[in-house]
Amino acid sequence: MTEALLLNISLVILLLPLLGFTTLILLGKKIPGSHWIETFFMFLALCLSVYVGFGKLAFFTGVSLVKEATWIQLWNIPVLGNLQIDLGIKIDNLTAIMLFVVTLISFLVHIFSLEYMKGDSRFSRYYAYLGIFTFSMLGIVLTHNILMMYIAWELVGISSYLLIGFWFEKKSASDASKKAFLVNRVGDTGMFIGIMILFTNYHTFTFDTIYAQIAQGHLPFNSPAWLTAAGIMIFMGAVGKSAQFPLHVWLPDAMEGPTPVSALIHAATMVAAGVYLIARVFVMLTADAMLTIAIVGMVTSFIAATIALTQNDIKKVLAYSTVSQLGYMVMAMGVGAYQYAFFHLVTHAFFKACLFLGSGSVIYAMHHEQDLRKMGGLRKKMPITYAAFLISTLAISGVPFTSGFLSKDGILAGTYAFASLTGHWMIPAVAFLVALMTAFYMFRLVILTFHGTPRDQERHDHAHESPFVMAMPLVVLSVLSVFFWYGLNPANPSTGWFLDKWVKTPTSIVPQGQRFDFMKSEVKETASAEKTAAGSTEAVVHSEHYMHAMHQAHYPAMGLSIILGGLGILLAFSMYQWKKIDPDKLAEKLGPIYRFSLNKWYIDELYGATFIGGALALSRLLAWFDKYVVDGLVNGAASLTRGVSKLGGLFDTYVVDGLVNFTAYLSGFIGIFFRKFQTGKVQTYVVFVIFSVIILLFIFRPFGF
Amino acid sequence: MAYFPILSFITFLPVLGMLIILCLPGTQEKLIKGLTAAVTATQVVLAGIILHSYNYSLSGVFQQNSFQFIEKFRWIEISGLSWLGTVKVDYFLGIDGISAPMVLLTALISFIATLSSWNISKSVKGFMALFLLLDTGMMGVFVSLDFFLFYVFWELMLLPMYFLIGVWGGPRKEYAAIKFFIYTLVGSVFMLLVMIGLYFSAKELLPNGTSAFTFNLLSLMDPKNYTATGILSPLNPHNLRFVAYIALFIGFAIKIPMFPFHTWLPDAHVEAPTPISVILAGVLLKMGTYGIIRISYPIFPEITRQLAWYIALFGMINIIYGALCALAQKDFKKMIAYSSVSHMGYVLLGMASLTTVGINGAIFQMFNHGTITAMLFLIVGVVYDRTHTRGLDDFGGLALKMPVYTFFVTIAFFAAIGLPSMSGFISESFVFLGSFSVDSIRIITMFSTLGILLGAGYMLWALQRVFLGKFNEKWNMLTDLTVREYLMFIPLTIVIFLLGIYPSGMLNIMNTSVNSLVDFMNKMPANFSMLGKF
Repeated sequence: MTEALLLNISLVILLLPLLGFTTLILLGKKIPGSHWIETFFMFLALCLSVYVGFGKLAFFTGVSLVKEATWIQLWNIPVLGNLQIDLGIKIDNLTAIMLFVVTLISFLVHIFSLEYMKGDSRFSRYYAYLGIFTFSMLGIVLTHNILMMYIAWELVGISSYLLIGFWFEKKSASDASKKAFLVNRVGDTGMFIGIMILFTNYHTFTFDTIYAQIAQGHLPFNSPAWLTAAGIMIFMGAVGKSAQFPLHVWLPDAMEGPTPVSALIHAATMVAAGVYLIARVFVMLTADAMLTIAIVGMVTSFIAATIALTQNDIKKVLAYSTVSQLGYMVMAMGVGAYQYAFFHLVTHAFFKACLFLGSGSVIYAMHHEQDLRKMGGLRKKMPITYAAFLISTLAISGVPFTSGFLSKDGILAGTYAFASLTGHWMIPAVAFLVALMTAFYMFRLVILTFHGTPRDQERHDHAHESPFVMAMPLVVLSVLSVFFWYGLNPANPSTGWFLDKWVKTPTSIVPQGQRFDFMKSEVKETASAEKTAAGSTEAVVHSEHYMHAMHQAHYPAMGLSIILGGLGILLAFSMYQWKKIDPDKLAEKLGPIYRFSLNKWYIDELYGATFIGGALALSRLLAWFDKYVVDGLVNGAASLTRGVSKLGGLFDTYVVDGLVNFTAYLSGFIGIFFRKFQTGKVQTYVVFVIFSVIILLFIFRPFGF
Repeated sequence: MAYFPILSFITFLPVLGMLIILCLPGTQEKLIKGLTAAVTATQVVLAGIILHSYNYSLSGVFQQNSFQFIEKFRWIEISGLSWLGTVKVDYFLGIDGISAPMVLLTALISFIATLSSWNISKSVKGFMALFLLLDTGMMGVFVSLDFFLFYVFWELMLLPMYFLIGVWGGPRKEYAAIKFFIYTLVGSVFMLLVMIGLYFSAKELLPNGTSAFTFNLLSLMDPKNYTATGILSPLNPHNLRFVAYIALFIGFAIKIPMFPFHTWLPDAHVEAPTPISVILAGVLLKMGTYGIIRISYPIFPEITRQLAWYIALFGMINIIYGALCALAQKDFKKMIAYSSVSHMGYVLLGMASLTTVGINGAIFQMFNHGTITAMLFLIVGVVYDRTHTRGLDDFGGLALKMPVYTFFVTIAFFAAIGLPSMSGFISESFVFLGSFSVDSIRIITMFSTLGILLGAGYMLWALQRVFLGKFNEKWNMLTDLTVREYLMFIPLTIVIFLLGIYPSGMLNIMNTSVNSLVDFMNKMPANFSMLGKF
């Protein structure tokens, strides 16, 4: 097993889904059962990913493998010299793990959809879209430069546009897909500005080359503020894709897409891309940028959790729960708990995909009914779905022995340690509160769906367990939500192979002065100050007192999260299972707060009234301005010219020509006058001559005549 | 080496075709159409030959010896005209990395437009004859290196365009045609004045030892050739170069069209028949920006640098204003027309950066806008041909009835919103990367990125209104694409994807010349202004 082999295989993994897409989009309708081609390609990609993952994590644990090729080369640019844009792939441990996550979930979704989407008129088209989506997502995972990241980023955006709007006959679906794309584009635009900041200063897109230059103290425009700006701008891309506040509004609407699609893109891959992006640029984030990220994550997790409490659509609850959990990951990145953020990304991918596919299984059984108020009592009818759904719910609620417990606890401990070092206690406070709410709304979901008595008897009677192709992915994903895949100690993941061997926090390359105190490399006091200023790269990431704080935070955070999780579950049971507290009465009591949550904080309405309404109003105003003012001036100039020319015409007719005619008239008049003298009689002429001579003599007399 | 005057051939072949068509009886419609298609197809082949034998390492721009496919001989010469001396005009053709992409574009778009004019029924003979004359005019503008010749071709293209809109157009065709004609003519007058001013400001050494006033663009780029007293000479301390620059710029800006001179465009597009819209958006608009790069930039480098910020500003206005106007339109074709205004703004922005990346992006954007917008107008044409309406709200769910059509529509729309893997993405990115790297226009660039967002907004909204949603039963008689329509869309689709995935194919053609231009712009202004102090 050599590096070259692993890299070449990765390239094959990347291109397989693209090949599937191309085949299906061009020939899909002509080949019966063409979706099997795409599914087979995905299976192949999965096998190869397992191979690459195994090879990378076992034999090349400490090194990253890079393969690149020149895409665009501009020679002899004045001043700059040659400019080269490379495309390339880089496999480090993060990539290896993500390859597996993406191909596995994508493959399971392919399998699940065999049954779920059966009979759809655009079946092969659906599989083609899954292919292009998987290709784009793998592009994000594999890239070694930020331009290709952006390219794949946009492609993910457009493939999610196609998938969300797959049932485009429905206005709500095409609205949702448009909204998703546009909201994402807001983030992408910011990300592109971030990329421009980096490119202008470093003349390359390759991550490692950029970081090497930053590490040498070459900051964008020689200013740490621009480094912070670059970090935050690139983070905007993550805000879009990972549905962070204030751009989270697209994700819940995106549930209009087929449910397996939601499992693929809105739980496990696309939305995780934002967190993955932050991980990729983590080393260049300044303290200010990180704090911004932490706060955005915190706000997102809180807002989404409060909304999830009251939603009645099974997929909407899951959607807001996803937003909330993504907020967790982003927040964890912001507080420097890099390992746990990524860990949670992986564990969440599995259990959330399981939850979405589980909800798909339920919706399928209920004949496309998604309203929780019409479900209930499905536990007996759908035991496999129920078991898988329950395990995943336990994981997301952070119950011990699940994967979610390990990763979530790490994040909570991370925020706690961060607060103890920097004094931002708001962050852990909100994080723990969200843990309570998560446990509550997730169990509310389970109880309303599977427990109690059926509220819609007719639909319940027809419900049945889903067939094998739908149940199998659920089982696989729920098994992956148990702790032992990530380490043998169910209470402390940091000793497990996942965190101990595979995922390590990379060393920050930001100048010392721009880092959090706890991330500063510990330079002995004897060392010269110059060395510090140069930003020595051999520094360790976290200072000892961070490790100490993290260690101290671990058990209190764990204890607290178990208590809060248990409390949430208990509350859910007492309200919906044992009916000790009547939720309707509670809602009535809480009145405005309840409606605020139910209506999603009115954020959609707010955006509709401000940004969308504003843009449309402005566009109408400008169109009016264009038609009547700008073009009015043009037409006005034309009319003016015509008016002037008319005047000119009049002038011409009456003045210029008048003069001409007058001259003619005058000469005519003179002619008439003198004609009188032209009598033709000689005597008259003689008389004229004599008179003339006399007059002349008279006139010239003074001259001596 | 046996020399084949390929540029003359590619330029005047359409005129030859026109002459033959004029001799044919008007009833031979099929023959006339076939002949036109054959002529434009030959042009594509010739463009292919040019591309094949193009030397990527020659720069052109201001050095005659590094232009390619040069043809130069005296066209008009009258000597001994008292103080005027010798009046001479050269027939001087040649291409470099700036004009080569435009020649390729013109050939491609003319061919596609021929295919789309297949169902013209009114006086086919007249249409095709005028169309071919137009073709010659366009091609001539891009290959001329003599200002006089350039001007002749520029005007030559105006006349057929007037009749093509005015006779074969929609309900308000007379208004649109006369508006187009007069507006462009105003621009031409400005250009003419500057041309004459330049003529009397520079002298070129003739082989017989005497010197004469010159229209040669390359001579006009060399400050050594200017006389001490010429009205537009940098050596004259009281020169009017600034005023002349503005006048010339307005002449070109009308064609781009740059805000606030753009209002002829929506009218012309809406009234023009589909193939003429395709030509208009695909080729004609590029003449404005091409003229600025070819003539304004290297002849007035010092003023260009002085005004670059304003060019960028107008670029930004075009991008955002055009996009917002497009958002408000209810007519499919008008929306695309305003999107052209927006997309041409990127060209202005990239040009204003005066960097290699930015100008490469600008020229590449000119080419890509040509192919993508041509496709968009073809798309409108397809649906207009069948339904005789263009209201964005009149349709709905066409994707269900016309899946293949929708497939191409989706490609074109995605290309127009700058999706990666398609050509528009590369050029827009280059424009932004180039202009962002210039300190003075960084903020303008940041605001301009709004265009990416707004572009996606109006495009996807239009896509939704026309193609998605419930099928409007009113259009039950609609049929999917015919073979001829396939043939129009496929080449454009291939070009769009090819240049998106392998942009070097185009960038390599331009790069040497663009470098040379940027270098010239960086160094020459010093010369120009230094000479001015003597």
